[in-house]
Amino acid sequence: MINYIIKRIGVAIPTLLILIAVTFYLMHAAPGGPFTSERPLPPQVLANIEAKYGLDQPIWRQMINYLWGILTEFDFGPSYKYHDRTVNEIISHGFPITLKYGFWSFIVAIGVGIPLGAIAAIRKNTWIDYLAVGVSIGAQVLPNFVMAPLLIIVFTLWLDWLPGGGWNGGEWQYLVMPVIALSTSYMASIARITRSSMLEVLNTNYIRTAKSKGLPTKVIFFRHVLKPSLLPVISYLGPAFVGLITGSVLIDIYFSTGGMGYFFVNAAFNRDYSVMMGITIVVGALTILFSLIADLLYAWIDPKIRY
Amino acid sequence: MSLLEVKNLKVEFETADGVVNAVNNVNFSIEEGKILAIVGESGSGKSQTVFAMTGLLDHNGSATGSVKFEGEEILNISNQKLNQIRAEKIAMIFQDPMTSLNPYVRVSDQMTEVLVHHHGASKSDALKQSINMLDAVRIPDASNRIRMYPHEFSGGMRQRVMIAMSLLCKPKLLIADEPTTALDVTVQAQIMKLLADLQKDFGMSIILITHDLGVVAGNSDDMLVMYGGEIMEIGKTENIYSAPTHPYTQGLMSAVPRLDDSEERLITIPGNPPNMMKSPEGCPFSPRCKFAVDKCNSDSPALLKIGNSDHFRSCHVDKEKIL
Repeated sequence: MINYIIKRIGVAIPTLLILIAVTFYLMHAAPGGPFTSERPLPPQVLANIEAKYGLDQPIWRQMINYLWGILTEFDFGPSYKYHDRTVNEIISHGFPITLKYGFWSFIVAIGVGIPLGAIAAIRKNTWIDYLAVGVSIGAQVLPNFVMAPLLIIVFTLWLDWLPGGGWNGGEWQYLVMPVIALSTSYMASIARITRSSMLEVLNTNYIRTAKSKGLPTKVIFFRHVLKPSLLPVISYLGPAFVGLITGSVLIDIYFSTGGMGYFFVNAAFNRDYSVMMGITIVVGALTILFSLIADLLYAWIDPKIRY
Repeated sequence: MSLLEVKNLKVEFETADGVVNAVNNVNFSIEEGKILAIVGESGSGKSQTVFAMTGLLDHNGSATGSVKFEGEEILNISNQKLNQIRAEKIAMIFQDPMTSLNPYVRVSDQMTEVLVHHHGASKSDALKQSINMLDAVRIPDASNRIRMYPHEFSGGMRQRVMIAMSLLCKPKLLIADEPTTALDVTVQAQIMKLLADLQKDFGMSIILITHDLGVVAGNSDDMLVMYGGEIMEIGKTENIYSAPTHPYTQGLMSAVPRLDDSEERLITIPGNPPNMMKSPEGCPFSPRCKFAVDKCNSDSPALLKIGNSDHFRSCHVDKEKIL
């Protein structure tokens, strides 16, 4: 187990390096640069600025310098657009915000999705099942860029219950709408996956065996049905988490939460190379971490998988 | 009083294409300490008969009639009441030992939960009893192996685990639904020997469902032949073996390959099993029966006693014509 974790981390390092190299190259290959604007700067001024940020050097040199900065000083460089802020500052400001509403969305998606799917499976072909399936299909087809303004119209403009945006240190009033908008489609997917996998498990021979042993329904459900039903859900959670982090772009735009998604998109528009790189590395590392956690969870549930 | 008495049992399944009559008017009983074999090809309704008895039909299935266990009605009673009988009085083992044990739960947990639930045994006590039971079904090194997961056992060993698990509460009746079908021949013989030994030790009754006549021969007191959800013939195993009085039973017997037969082709019963969707008019076997007369296609034959014996057959054709 420990060996397996070390091995996975060992593989993670070259993976991250490849990610950095490809992103770095693609970013620079795209036409334009951080200092291109509609009114072109005089060539001499542009050359001076580019020299200041090291952009006049060959790309491989720039990348090595960049990596060297990260490895020696954990310095992700200065932002090209926000002149008074470093990438470290931007990430350490935006990331906790994204993490907070992303985490709660994750909890809500799991906490509502799994029970909803389970109830639908147990009460298959009853009104409860139809309702649960209806709700999850509805939640799935409603994209969050529709959901977010709808929530604002209802809860802010009509009912005046919740603030229409802002963060304010992450007080709960400011969290509710972003979490609902972000979590619903994941909740719906988790509910559907849980329902179909649980239906499959309920039809297996070993559940028939459990019934023939005269065990109470509760014991059968929690000991025999639940664990195997969750396997497909777990393999969905890794990618879902990444989706929650990157999908936060729209949340940041609609609710002015100030998370990383906002900076990520702006960085791409502005060719803010260093901010883009910084966020890419953080998200990439998290993706690797979460797929490792999902694999470990998998091995914990399924005894046939041993590392 | 018989241990188990089944009367006019009918099982139906509602499907998208219509109602399937899986079991039609089945009557039989089993005495204490006896082994009854239920024989028939796939889809003859033999498994559904016992699933109906223990309330294990799929959601779209329903059963009517009467099943009395120790004189008490158990058909269509509440799940709570059934749970007091299951494992405690009537235990089951199933066809495929590879899938009948939960692959995600240790054998120890799957066994002890039976005792913890039915007898309120403590965990450690239940574990001790489970290990003893694994010893009884001759699993070597039981105290260590009990901690393993099902996939760490071979097929035959898994069926032994299933048997041990089913016997934990010393049930009065063991229903074995094709217990050897998924196993290879040498293991089959071991498992049947084990079941026979345990039956003597525990003094229980067994309903042995199988399509393998070789398994029936040495291992049962009575036998019941099913076809198309109906009973064709029922009686003492030795009597049916020495003189099968129903064309279907005869067909089954002659389809068993023999080593001393010079004929190279295997003998089969021509035709296919009936479509259970249409309630069969007349005898379900009549379209495949070489003795069929006109009456067979219109009137369903009753299950009638042959002379003074306890041998019953349902066939319009005279016994003498068949023999």
